[in-house]
Amino acid sequence: MGGAFRAGRDGGVSIRLDPGEVSILRSLVAQVLELVEPGSTGEDPLERALGIGAAEVRPPTDPVLARLFPSAYAEDEDAATEFRRYTEASLRDGKRADAEIVLRTARPGLIELDADQAKAWLRSLNDVRLALGTRLDVSEEVHVEIDRMSQDDERYPAYVTYDWLTYLQDSLVQALW
Amino acid sequence: MASTAPVEVERPSSDVRPDLPWLTIVWNDPINLMSYVTYVFQTVFGYPREKAEKLMLDVHHKGKAVVSSGTREEMERDAQTLHSYGLWATIQQDR
Repeated sequence: MGGAFRAGRDGGVSIRLDPGEVSILRSLVAQVLELVEPGSTGEDPLERALGIGAAEVRPPTDPVLARLFPSAYAEDEDAATEFRRYTEASLRDGKRADAEIVLRTARPGLIELDADQAKAWLRSLNDVRLALGTRLDVSEEVHVEIDRMSQDDERYPAYVTYDWLTYLQDSLVQALW
Repeated sequence: MASTAPVEVERPSSDVRPDLPWLTIVWNDPINLMSYVTYVFQTVFGYPREKAEKLMLDVHHKGKAVVSSGTREEMERDAQTLHSYGLWATIQQDR
């Protein structure tokens, strides 16, 4: 796996991915899309139009969703709930829109992205890394963990995939700078 | 230059706390990349790269950093934007 992002014109970027890479990426992005359900809003038509969620919105119990939609108030549960009610629906929709852009543009060969698509890829790659990294419970020393891991370890492929996504995302940041 | 009249002493500006009582804090996590976090601080707040890097290093080494201050509404907007980039951000009142 060697393809890295390169800076293109007008804030755009390009990358060349082989069919295997595209298949892995699409499958992971599709999993995040499945996990992040569309934002559900309240019954009130005005609240729905404004993307305000139902009053009883709770913090997610799934660790990945809790990481993707963190509490904005560490010490004030009521304020955290209210913030969630006003923001989570549009956050969900934003993450879904980013994922859909990746699924629409990821194909084997040369991928050319405009500036907006590149930013959607950047956020979506981060969401996928947050999801996979949380599931794997990675530490900051993930490279050391991979180096020490036997290739027969059942976690090995997932760790290698995570490492590749890290490389991919970092190259995208460098290309966008 | 000599002065004959007493000069009104100005308070040093560092003594004056801005009337901006809410803070947005970003917390360290093992997944977000140092390069990405720096890039997000530049993009979201328009901070120069040097300042964004310093804040990122504060998050990395100290576990958290105050990344912006302002009204509660402004901080909630900042937190929401940072959440959209996958950063772990919280809001609190400056105490």
